[in-house]
Amino acid sequence: MHATHKDDSLTRTHAAAGEPFVWLTAMGLTIGLLMVVGLLGIIVANGIPVFWPKKVYEVTLKAGINNPVPGGGESFAGEIVQTRTKRVPILTKTGEVEADQKEVQYFVGNKDIYGLNFAFVSRVDIEKRDLPKDIYAIERMEYGDAFVFPLDLTLADGTKIEAAGNNEFSSGLAKAVKISNSLRDEIRQIEKIQIGRINSQINELKVKGGGSPESVEQIAKLEAQYEELATKARTLRQEQQGAKITFRAPNGTIKTQPISEVVGFYQPNNLGLLQKTGIFLHNIWGFLSGQPREANTEGGIFPAIFGTFVMTLLMSIAVVPFGVLAAIYMREYAKQGFLVRSVRIAVNNLAGVPSIVFGVFGLGFFVYFVGGGLDRWLFSDYLPTPTFGTGGIFWAALTLALMTVPVVIVATEEAIAAVPRGMKEGSLACGASKWQTIQRIVLPASVPGILTGLILAMARGAGEVAPLMLVGVVKLAPSLPIDGEFPFVHLERKFMHLGFHIFDLGFQSPDSEAAKPMVFATTLLLILLVVLLNITAILIRERLRKKFATGAF
Amino acid sequence: MNHESTMSETSPNSLSQTSPAAQMPAASEDMLRSDYIKICHFNFFYGLKQALFDISMDIPEREVTAFIGPSGCGKSTLLRNLNRMNDLIDGVRHEGDVIVNGQSIYDPHIEVISLRKRIGMVFQKSNPFPKSIYENIVYPLRVAGQNKKSVLDETVERSLKGAALWEEAKDRLHDSALGLSGGQMQRLCIARAIANRPEILLMDEPCSALDPIATAKVEELIHSLKKDFTIVIVTHNMQQATRCSQRTAFFYLGKLIEFDITTKVFGNPSQKQTEDYITGRFG
Repeated sequence: MHATHKDDSLTRTHAAAGEPFVWLTAMGLTIGLLMVVGLLGIIVANGIPVFWPKKVYEVTLKAGINNPVPGGGESFAGEIVQTRTKRVPILTKTGEVEADQKEVQYFVGNKDIYGLNFAFVSRVDIEKRDLPKDIYAIERMEYGDAFVFPLDLTLADGTKIEAAGNNEFSSGLAKAVKISNSLRDEIRQIEKIQIGRINSQINELKVKGGGSPESVEQIAKLEAQYEELATKARTLRQEQQGAKITFRAPNGTIKTQPISEVVGFYQPNNLGLLQKTGIFLHNIWGFLSGQPREANTEGGIFPAIFGTFVMTLLMSIAVVPFGVLAAIYMREYAKQGFLVRSVRIAVNNLAGVPSIVFGVFGLGFFVYFVGGGLDRWLFSDYLPTPTFGTGGIFWAALTLALMTVPVVIVATEEAIAAVPRGMKEGSLACGASKWQTIQRIVLPASVPGILTGLILAMARGAGEVAPLMLVGVVKLAPSLPIDGEFPFVHLERKFMHLGFHIFDLGFQSPDSEAAKPMVFATTLLLILLVVLLNITAILIRERLRKKFATGAF
Repeated sequence: MNHESTMSETSPNSLSQTSPAAQMPAASEDMLRSDYIKICHFNFFYGLKQALFDISMDIPEREVTAFIGPSGCGKSTLLRNLNRMNDLIDGVRHEGDVIVNGQSIYDPHIEVISLRKRIGMVFQKSNPFPKSIYENIVYPLRVAGQNKKSVLDETVERSLKGAALWEEAKDRLHDSALGLSGGQMQRLCIARAIANRPEILLMDEPCSALDPIATAKVEELIHSLKKDFTIVIVTHNMQQATRCSQRTAFFYLGKLIEFDITTKVFGNPSQKQTEDYITGRFG
């Protein structure tokens, strides 16, 4: 009896101490953390292996099984993508029953030869799997990867290197690919940049010159330069197409392809760990720095990274002064009353407006009204081709700035309110005006809080897609928003964005199955970019916090 | 002196920052004004609540005047009215007038900023800015547009010496002011308050957050500052009032009960309430 009583009092103390709520609150946090870690885990687990070179199996099927790859006879070659379980009807003596069956998805490549990229085979239908040492994985400009057995290589000077039993074949091919790649860069440089510059000059002369003799003369001169460059590019292209490789696909088809179409190659079943790591890093670098190919499903995403970065930066530059000024007025100058309270509520509600609405507003106000006005005023010579009267990176940045400004206003207001009253009074008692006090005392002490607002704004802005689709994002931008061409920063240009890229790859591409790994890799990159921007802001904030630490209060 | 000339900022007798008291050492005791700060029938309201009732008093030049009284008696409110610090609060209202050296501080021609430049203030809690010691002291000069390094350097040395902080701080002028001790911070705030050579120094319980040693230093400082400044100090500490003031005003419930020579107030108070307060029977 006594013991029970004691236990009872113990439990009561336990509850009175608030212990159950420790668990409840901890549970809330744990669930949140688990979801974040889970999401990141899925993205990392799917995004990173994209770049790791996989083994290529030669699969031999059992007799009588239909080969998914056309013309392959009883075998095909490919990388394992995934294994999944399928319920299939099986005929037994007693009748038809359902049973689980393992099904393997292979990436078979050679889309130009097979007409498909993936093959599904039930595991029970596989007779055996081999790892052919002499198979090559060739990354190409078009039609994706090819898994082939090379036969010979013809160099530009006509020399022929046989593949069979020749140790020099691999190094010879590597050399040929390297030459071809550098030629491709050179051609790109000429066609995209030099010829592009001449084109824009000609356009400008045509619009501004108005057919005057000098302008005609200059256009003729520029056109001569254009011809010269075009001839040069043609010569280089011919040179690039000199070397050829002949290979046999696993289904027996023999094909000859110019080296100019090859980007790189490796022997997937003949690699050490070091070589694999090398290829892994090379692939990551190619992804980060390269241009997209094949409707964005292949190649790199550098323009999208750069576009996202520049857009976020422009947005930050626009949102901070705007938000900080509004917050200063509301907190320091306005008489605190019904009106200010209403404005504050309105600002907070602005944060809850669906982002697409901001997109529509940006299109109507910034693009058509402001941009159209600018075009009529400053760029009327170019009309009807719009300059600012169409979606562009500047309008996108302003639209997102408008969307994220409530966050900055709220954070700044709180930071200003947290500046000790004694400090403000001290400044005023020194004979400082209100503005001097704000400028010299209040704002410096609020910078960490303002940066917190900016971090939140950037995180929201960088990940936003819907409004951007209306105000300037495109699937493939011909040029970057910042480049070497005068005036270097081209605010009117359309741009690529990682968030839109994810949408485009996952839901708009012709082969979304093939693009799936790229979706994960791009998502991972977008998250990393946001983290990077945030860490930069946090580091700045910590430095300032130390500087303005108000230990006395 | 006629009224118009005292209103004018350019009048030689008006108090501008270029004619500080320190530049008139020749003035003998009897030339000092006995009504340097003249408070006339002053009423003050926070919204509907009246905080000060019909205060009239004359504070003499270059003396230390102490305001004492129990909490909430209005002494800080009156002090903060002398440099119009209370203007910052919404919904305040005043009646009557405060005249400093013949010039009303509520004169619409006077800018409150120039008024505050003439009247330095030290607060109860030390409030150094999160800047270096040097920048803290030159702050009043910088906001007044003075950026000449020689002037600033000279001011820092003079103010720190004036606030008896020079020896401790001269080697760390460019370190953060927040690294100082509590007593040093308060002396830094005094140095800042006297940096732009004001004529009046208002001190709102400057020692209430300090230990006895730091308090002694600040009191010594008040003693030495009174030859250049007219000082008004609010204090809860009656010993402090006797130690450093020449005159004492006792406030109770928003009314001025007694205002006289300090020795008289503490030795032979004329009012019963004053006597009760200083002997510790209430408050």
